[in-house]
Amino acid sequence: MGQVEVRVKLKEDVLDPQGEAIRRVLAGLGYGEITRVRVGKLLMLEVDGSERPEVRARLEQAAREVLSNPVIEDFEVRLP
Amino acid sequence: MTASGRGREGSGGVPAVVAPPARRRVAVVVFPGSNCDRDAMAAVERAGGEAVPVWHQSEDLAGCGAAILPGGFSYGDYLRAGAMAAHSPVMRAIRRLAVEGGAILGICNGFQILLEVGLLPGAMLPNRTLRFICRDVHLRVERADGLLLRHLRRGQVLRLPIAHKEGNWYAPAEVVERVEREGGVAFRYCSARGETRPDANPNGALANVAGLVNREGNVLGLMPHPERRVWSLLGGEDGLPLVRALVEVA
Repeated sequence: MGQVEVRVKLKEDVLDPQGEAIRRVLAGLGYGEITRVRVGKLLMLEVDGSERPEVRARLEQAAREVLSNPVIEDFEVRLP
Repeated sequence: MTASGRGREGSGGVPAVVAPPARRRVAVVVFPGSNCDRDAMAAVERAGGEAVPVWHQSEDLAGCGAAILPGGFSYGDYLRAGAMAAHSPVMRAIRRLAVEGGAILGICNGFQILLEVGLLPGAMLPNRTLRFICRDVHLRVERADGLLLRHLRRGQVLRLPIAHKEGNWYAPAEVVERVEREGGVAFRYCSARGETRPDANPNGALANVAGLVNREGNVLGLMPHPERRVWSLLGGEDGLPLVRALVEVA
């Protein structure tokens, strides 16, 4: 069993008003060096057999079809 | 047993009750977290149909020829609004109904679910203001044909309530261009006089999109709530033509 991380991020050309609101708060607190904030999701999965290629392929499929929305998001599957 | 059945059994000179014509049956899908399902059912009944609640675990739509995906927070909006509902068993039946040409109306969260399953294009982002917005808006009718929109007039301005936090419709530029070319926009946010200005856009949706319809005209999704405007006493009947059209084709 291994822990697999799936990172889901908004695509670059999609506006992220939440990230922008966080950036403004940070700037107001003096963190002016932070010029851009994007908010994503981190999903941590416990997976049996994550070393096997067919399981890895299934994880890619789950990330593409369920965990992310390809219209607005990109994903990355990080294996242990 | 039906009322007419009891009537026929009547004796002692009581005339048999004539069976009323069977009412058209519309499935109202209920997900855990749906909260506009009762309103949708009441609207169907108001439009003369019989509303049939269908639980999200169901593999079929109880023989109904039309369906409503109601508003609410299916599965608590976990992951993304509509994302979990999109993978529930009942959605296989909804896909079948869509392919067979049956009418499907997705309202608010129901619209988000139709986007998640790909029956309509694009995706919803959080409102530009990051706030939950609950108020009346004006919509301009862009299409007045097809199964669901035929009781409306093109250019007509409707007043309906919205109540959502993720109604900021987004699609890549080439998809927006295709949707516009194919006439996929059913409703746009507009001023009371029907102008689709940026300041009439409550949530930041691209091209002021408030509702979309598929090419076949049988799948319609919109963020505003027509089911909440079917009685004059309760603020107006601007939502009734949509619900009536749905009931008539069920």
